Amino acid sequence: MDENKKYPKSSIFKPLRHFKYLFKRPLSHPLDTVLTAKNADYLNKNNPFRKNKLKNSQPRTGPDNLRGFHVNDWEQCIGCATCEEICPTAAIEMVPRHDLPLVAGKLQQRPVIDYGRCCFCALCVDTCTTGSLKMSKEYVFGDSNPNSFKLMPTEKWQDHEVELGYQKSEVTDLLDLKRIEMEHVSPEERVKSYIEVIRGYSKEFAKLEASRCVECGVCTASCPVQMHIPDYIRAIWEDDIEGGLKIIYETNPLPGVCGRVCTHNCETACSIAQRGEAIAIRWLKRYIIDSAPDEMYEKIFSEPVSEVINAKIAIAGSGPSSLSAAYYLRGLGYTVDVFEEKSRAGGVASFGAPEYRIPDYAVEKDINFIKKIGVNIYTNTKIGKDITLEELQKKYDAVYLGTGFFSARKLNIPGSDHPDVMGAMDFLPITRDFARGAISLEDVNVKPSVVVVGGGDVAFDVARNATRIQILKYGKANVKLTSLETLDILPGSDDEYLEGTEEYINCFLGHGPQEVVLKDGKIKGLRVTKCTRVFDETGRFNPEFDNTQETLLEGEQVFFSVGQAPDYSYIPESLKDKVIIERGKIKASQDGQVAGLDWLFVGGDIFRGPDIITGVSDGHRAAVAIDDFLYNKSKKKEQTEYMKNVREAIKFNNPDLALKPERKRTLK
Amino acid sequence: MKEMKLFLGPQHPGMHGNASVHMFVDGDIIKRSYLLPGMLHRGFEKQMERKLWVNNIALIPRVCVPEPDINEMSFAIATEKLLKLEIPERAHWIRMIILELARISAHLMAYGGIGGPTGNYTLMYHAQLDRNLILDIFEKITGARVYHQYIVIGGVRQDLPVGITKEILEFVNDLESRLVEYRDLGIDNASMIMRIKDTIMLPKEVVWELGVTGIGMRSAVGKAYDIRKVAPYARYDQVEFEVPTSSYSDARARLDIKIKEVQQSINIIKQCIEKMPEGPVRVKPGRGQSMRWTVPKGHVYAPIESSRGEFGYYMVSNGGTTPWRVGVRGASYPQGLLGIEKYLPGTRIDDAALWVDTMGICAPEIDR
Ligand SMILES: Cc1cc2nc3c(=O)[nH]c(=O)nc-3n(C[C@H](O)[C@H](O)[C@H](O)COP(=O)(O)OP(=O)(O)OC[C@H]3O[C@@H](n4cnc5c(N)ncnc54)[C@H](O)[C@@H]3O)c2cc1C
Ligand code: SF4
Ligand code: SF4
Repeated sequence: MDENKKYPKSSIFKPLRHFKYLFKRPLSHPLDTVLTAKNADYLNKNNPFRKNKLKNSQPRTGPDNLRGFHVNDWEQCIGCATCEEICPTAAIEMVPRHDLPLVAGKLQQRPVIDYGRCCFCALCVDTCTTGSLKMSKEYVFGDSNPNSFKLMPTEKWQDHEVELGYQKSEVTDLLDLKRIEMEHVSPEERVKSYIEVIRGYSKEFAKLEASRCVECGVCTASCPVQMHIPDYIRAIWEDDIEGGLKIIYETNPLPGVCGRVCTHNCETACSIAQRGEAIAIRWLKRYIIDSAPDEMYEKIFSEPVSEVINAKIAIAGSGPSSLSAAYYLRGLGYTVDVFEEKSRAGGVASFGAPEYRIPDYAVEKDINFIKKIGVNIYTNTKIGKDITLEELQKKYDAVYLGTGFFSARKLNIPGSDHPDVMGAMDFLPITRDFARGAISLEDVNVKPSVVVVGGGDVAFDVARNATRIQILKYGKANVKLTSLETLDILPGSDDEYLEGTEEYINCFLGHGPQEVVLKDGKIKGLRVTKCTRVFDETGRFNPEFDNTQETLLEGEQVFFSVGQAPDYSYIPESLKDKVIIERGKIKASQDGQVAGLDWLFVGGDIFRGPDIITGVSDGHRAAVAIDDFLYNKSKKKEQTEYMKNVREAIKFNNPDLALKPERKRTLK
Repeated sequence: MKEMKLFLGPQHPGMHGNASVHMFVDGDIIKRSYLLPGMLHRGFEKQMERKLWVNNIALIPRVCVPEPDINEMSFAIATEKLLKLEIPERAHWIRMIILELARISAHLMAYGGIGGPTGNYTLMYHAQLDRNLILDIFEKITGARVYHQYIVIGGVRQDLPVGITKEILEFVNDLESRLVEYRDLGIDNASMIMRIKDTIMLPKEVVWELGVTGIGMRSAVGKAYDIRKVAPYARYDQVEFEVPTSSYSDARARLDIKIKEVQQSINIIKQCIEKMPEGPVRVKPGRGQSMRWTVPKGHVYAPIESSRGEFGYYMVSNGGTTPWRVGVRGASYPQGLLGIEKYLPGTRIDDAALWVDTMGICAPEIDR
């Protein structure tokens, strides 16, 4: 046929040229070049008929990229289970390993891989949060025992040191390590008023930020109230604000406050922070609260909370721990009365932390809901003055004290008794009242140049407040801040330092205050000397100074921000011997019950401290403990199914003590 | 004589993959026949709906074992279209290198495959060895020999390893010099010609009736229909290559085109290596960790040219983290499922395996 003309002429001899291949080295790999030592051993042992023993004379090594059996560096691995989550063949199972140390940011489990399922896609490697999981160049494994195909990868493969194969790189990484930028009001703009510095996420940005979360939950254990963080972040990602709000309220009745000023240990523990920027958990929580309209709060409790027993509880102070205790006690079915000395509730959130970080409306949103479920808050009522603790003991079945560290502390150095020397908590409540318009600018005593002593967040609160008042009063700011600690060990957070210096604060870190220098009865400045060490070899606070290096920090006013102090004057003589105070704090059981006074419970700064969320957790634990103490003793009312469920949930979510993550400093 | 039923099953050395042909024969002539598919039916399409966009990469290569990369490519292009995602220039060229290497490997496997039913094992060994060398290259580039999981949404998984282009060039040059040997052993071998010339015909109608594409169509109607030409993807519009055709489709013509296509693929690879720019190879489809990647609502069909013809994924997304619906156009579906019923009858029993081989049939892509 014509068609076949296009082919060259065929010949029976043509294929004969292939005989030349008889003399070429074969391309295929003989068995003994493929096996690893272990497999050769195994096959030799189990194959008695084989005459020529298998050797692994020159095992073939895979290329550098080979996706072979996994290795996992246990030092690095945090047990986050992200590998398990992504595995498309469900080959990975996390196995509990309680022998591993229980530390913040790590889970006591490690991945086990079923090589009967694994398809060697290496998605687990690409998504591993720490980069601990890698692949080796090993790819041959044989055994008659099917269970031996389930392996828990360690740094070694089958007890052999092996060469590494496929590892993740920046290109293959499946995580998103960069945080979605949070919009800040510019420094020039914000110092002119008390406008909130952090704008909050828009819906679009919140969803993007939420989409970075891998839901590993390592954050949860380092949260003092063990918030269900991955769940509410997922709710944001799914655009389910109502669901998110409900999840948040299971563990935290002050989310508007915490969403702004929480110390966010969760973010320090976040697995994404292992190699990148932690998920902005705090801002995401705030996003839910900011987006939840008031009506939505009604869905948290689908029925009104009703009393389940005949018992009343008094709470002293209305700081975060008190409000938390009040919320949960009310939820458990008690009548709760809160007594607050000041004009409004909230404690430090209303009178300490500045308005530009935690505005009144946000505190009010939280408190309004607590009031709405039936908690009575009596302001302008001081325990010890308007009503005594003994009276409370008589009238109520249990009393919770959460009076906080509300008094200022100063350093006892020459000149510190001058009236223009103030402690942080002398000054901050005034600024807060000014910001809400309760007092006028003239009544705020801030001089044109000030020096702030202290390196913690509160010192920055003082300095940044002073800046704002100065700009309002005098048109320009002159604030110096000095601390013993240098930047690498500064107790204040990175954010405060960065935002503070943006707001024109001059920092003189690594200096110790020696004297408030006076001239003609007026303050001239603060004499400081260089601090050569803050902590001694044993890690104790024990500063040393080099007196030859001294400086005068000029200023007409000095603020000390060297810690706050409690005021226990309301504790009557009759109880003084029972209420044991150690280093400023009241001794009590883990749940806050005072030994010998089973009706008295404590929490917050006067018990544990040092932050809001720890106070909230104290309040929750104490509420459950108070219920344990009272429930069986008191006369029960008829209880609905609904209230039973609410009570059960509160008890179920009772937090454990948190694991404290090691702080990572990014500033040098 | 009474009709007898014969079973050409997956264990038969001439059968391609896990499928079986049921034949009713009279003497050695096949009277009726049909394919019994389903041995590889793992519900790929359905499973894809339940797998995250990122996870599908582990599943889809399995839709065609000898040429898995086309799945990755079609899936990636379809998703990128839905995402309106521009991928880096270099990635296009790397993808073409991978696809053409895969095409050579698939053609060699099919070409060598005729060694089984004809007893010409030398041919099979040669083809398998050359394929093995390609797998070595794949292993170096992607970390795996068969299921590469390399072409991903947004480009390719990682850049080429250093020095690999030199190795690829050496290999294709060597293969090019030996293509004539393949011809000598196969289609120009006098003892083979008797088995493949003027038999196992594919009539013209098959194209319009069943929708056969690829080499089947190009040989039966002489039309140079090749997706790389008619609807170029990647950078196929920037390389020069020919689409071999024939006006007569016997087994020999189809095998001839296979070898010619290998030559064309070699040409394309050389041009890619020359023209490929430096630069990034991958963009992420969006922010967030991969398990929360979503793809906007929409539907799209992304056809590409496989070694067996037009191959494509039709995908629907409803904006979620998984495809909502996926339909795979397996290139061998028409000839494999329907062709066997319609056109295998009339040939001899011993031609059945050759029929299956030269038509280009990949069992899992029929089963999906
Ligand atoms: C300036 C400043 C800034 C801070 N910033 C943060 C921050 O950003 N993030 C963070 O997590 N933590 C911060 N803290 C720490 C945090 O505020 C406290 O740990 C937390 O508020 C402690 O809560 P509490 O329940 O113990 O009570 P507190 O908030 O201390 O409140 C105690 C309340 O009890 C009232 N009270 C006291 N005595 C009586 C009495 N005899 N009768 C009636 N009422 C009384 C007080 O008026 C006050 O309202 C800050 C602390 C300070 C001082
Ligand atoms: S993803 Fe990495 S760090 Fe997390 S459990 Fe798996 S191996 Fe460990
Ligand atoms: S390589 Fe792929 S299949 Fe294997 S354990 Fe990792 S994610 Fe699972």
